[in-house]
Amino acid sequence: MADKRLDQATGIETVGHEWDGIEELNTPLPRWWLYTFYATIVFAIGYVVVYPAVPLAHSGTPGLWKWSSRGALAAETAGAEQARAKTLAAIAALPIEELPGKPELMQAAIAGGKAAFRVNCVQCHGSGAAGSKGYPNLNDDDWLWGGDLKAIETTITHGIRYPGDDTTRQSLMPSFGHDGILPPGQVEDVASYVRSLSGRVAPGSAAALRGAGIFAANCAVCHGPDGKGGRQVGAPNLADAIWLYGGNQADVVASVTNAHAGVMPAWGQRLDAVTIKMLATYVHSLGGGEKFAPGQGAAPAADATAPAAAQ
Amino acid sequence: MRNPAPVATGLYEKRRGVFPAKIDGTFRRLKWAIMAITLTIYYGAPWLRWDRGPYAPDQAILVDLAHRRFYMFAIEIWPQEFYFVAGLLIMAGIGLFLVTSAVGRAWCGYACPQTVWTDLFQHVDRFIDGDRNAQLRLHKAPWTAGKVARRLLKWSIYLVISFWTGGAWIMYFADAPTLVREFWTGQAAPVAYGSVAVLTFTTFWLGGFMREQVCIYMCPWPRIQAAMLDEKSLIVTYKDWRGEQRGSVKQAARDPGAFGDCIDCNQCVAVCPTGIDIREGPQIGCITCALCIDACDRVMAQVGRPRGLIDYATLEDAAREKAGCPPTPHAKLIWHPRTLVYLGIWSAIGAGLLFALGTRSHIDLAAQKDRNPPYMVLSDGAVRNAWTLKLKNMERRPRAMRVALEGLPGAVMWSDAMGRDQAARSLDMTVAADSVLPLRVYVAAPAGTAEHGFHFVLTALDAEGGGDRTETRFDAPEDEALEHREHDQEEHAR
Repeated sequence: MADKRLDQATGIETVGHEWDGIEELNTPLPRWWLYTFYATIVFAIGYVVVYPAVPLAHSGTPGLWKWSSRGALAAETAGAEQARAKTLAAIAALPIEELPGKPELMQAAIAGGKAAFRVNCVQCHGSGAAGSKGYPNLNDDDWLWGGDLKAIETTITHGIRYPGDDTTRQSLMPSFGHDGILPPGQVEDVASYVRSLSGRVAPGSAAALRGAGIFAANCAVCHGPDGKGGRQVGAPNLADAIWLYGGNQADVVASVTNAHAGVMPAWGQRLDAVTIKMLATYVHSLGGGEKFAPGQGAAPAADATAPAAAQ
Repeated sequence: MRNPAPVATGLYEKRRGVFPAKIDGTFRRLKWAIMAITLTIYYGAPWLRWDRGPYAPDQAILVDLAHRRFYMFAIEIWPQEFYFVAGLLIMAGIGLFLVTSAVGRAWCGYACPQTVWTDLFQHVDRFIDGDRNAQLRLHKAPWTAGKVARRLLKWSIYLVISFWTGGAWIMYFADAPTLVREFWTGQAAPVAYGSVAVLTFTTFWLGGFMREQVCIYMCPWPRIQAAMLDEKSLIVTYKDWRGEQRGSVKQAARDPGAFGDCIDCNQCVAVCPTGIDIREGPQIGCITCALCIDACDRVMAQVGRPRGLIDYATLEDAAREKAGCPPTPHAKLIWHPRTLVYLGIWSAIGAGLLFALGTRSHIDLAAQKDRNPPYMVLSDGAVRNAWTLKLKNMERRPRAMRVALEGLPGAVMWSDAMGRDQAARSLDMTVAADSVLPLRVYVAAPAGTAEHGFHFVLTALDAEGGGDRTETRFDAPEDEALEHREHDQEEHAR
């Protein structure tokens, strides 16, 4: 700093360094600026001491406050759980068929069910609950085992044809073609008759007329004399426009030849009762939910509402 | 700040205190008036009432963050109309350009909160410590009990003003009388106390202690203005061709003709709130408050010389005057092309906003269609689509409205609060005052309906009427229709 000198043109002192004849005038910074700078340094030291900062081989220094983003997440999650606990308890305390009487609880249950659906159900039923071939669409008004809140709750709890649950929804359609109960020609005819029920084949056609007798003898016991199905055994309504395995002649022939027996897990073994209750309200809210009427359309398994196995 | 400093010893410099002297004059009175107006608006505006009926608050200016409404007298802005606020902010920005183009740094000199509060605090200084010389003496005096008492008194007054400033701010965000009661009974929201604390501190610190340092070191606006000023901008100008060579009245009397009009009384420096010497020419520290003009005019009157040795002038005009031409009137200097362009843009945006405000609808319908799944076949073969409709009622009273289908023959609709058995071509409902009613509706069209567009139509059922329509699309399966028997037969018949 020995080369400080007074600049003649401006009357201001230079800071003392020089490069290729270029010098810098000393335009002093305000002192408070310097103190602010020192304050930031002190803050930085405090930050390093208090928060995780220095990277080491496996993790960083934990800091005095032991703060971590995982810890913050855990705390927030716990807080959210705590905030939800009251609502969940209220939902748990109320029988599902009484939930619609409490609109606020119902809203909360539907929202909770939507979240649980995204995690547990979308793999088969799709993110919009629209299903696909073999996996029922939950938005429509067609229900195999019943579409009121209670029936849906039972179905979710105990599953369908699920081996690990004694009270699961159980039924089995014979493989009429595969097991030789009906010869291929009769399978074709009964398929034509079934399709005539929903107007896909002219009701008066020869094949349909031939199939009517075969239907009455083999199928009506489960699907009903008019083909409208039976919810006690989860037999689909064959007279409507909804086809779980396809409504073409070839699809129906295939279904009669090799019967389908779709399986859904008994979620009572995996989820708690409140989550299942919320799932049921969500599925019910998708536009096809039916009103609960005691003793009507309820499946036999409906009395066993408790989860089959403890978590 | 650029007082001649022949040798600065360090790289850092302690703030040199600024102790502006009291002055009276045209511009000082203008400053008083602007200070009175701006402070009255700031402190008083939240207390104005405006009757909006039973369904809306009666505070004239209210930013209701909790309910997402912005009220300004007869105007009510909803969040989706935030472009009005954006438009106002753009107008404010262009307004600053306009003012800069017309009258230079007038914002800095008169209306900027930093200037107004600094000015207020400098009056407090004069009230407690006396005028410039007394303040200087006290500044240099040792810390006796008397000085400590004076300082504590002064800082207490700063603190009261600052607290009042912070307290006024939060009144814009809630009903003022209620909030005051809640604030003093400890029931207000934590953010209210936090805002008051932060604003009290910043007002106390920036207005009481940082003062001109904010303008010189912290604020970006002087730097931006430096780029916006040109030779046509009005700035405070020391007319050096008239003032130099400086000399006292006695010297001038001794040696007539050798000296200019400036008697080197230093009054312009003494009154400057940022502590600069305007005679060194245009500089960033000059906020063009024009107090030096008042000071100089007063001195010129005392020594019997014409006013305006320091005056508003443009660089262009200064050059002309230097060459001996008479000064151009200020009114003429203001209206140059750049000012007119800014004024045009500013007015166009303002007119556009007013037009939009006058013609905006108070009833609105939005339809958001379910995309997953896009359609649904019902057991009777009908196709169902679902929408979330939003019926918006911006009036401050409940309104009966009807949503109806337009187009889509044979289709019916129902909401999720009812069953399909109650479906109809239209739904009637009441939308609460000043609110949006979300309505989930299902629309079912007969089997075989092809995908096509239609409208939801909203009609108000009261005397005022009005409504809205929104176009949407009905989705249907493509193959299903072809699979259908009748269609099969048609295909075969061809």
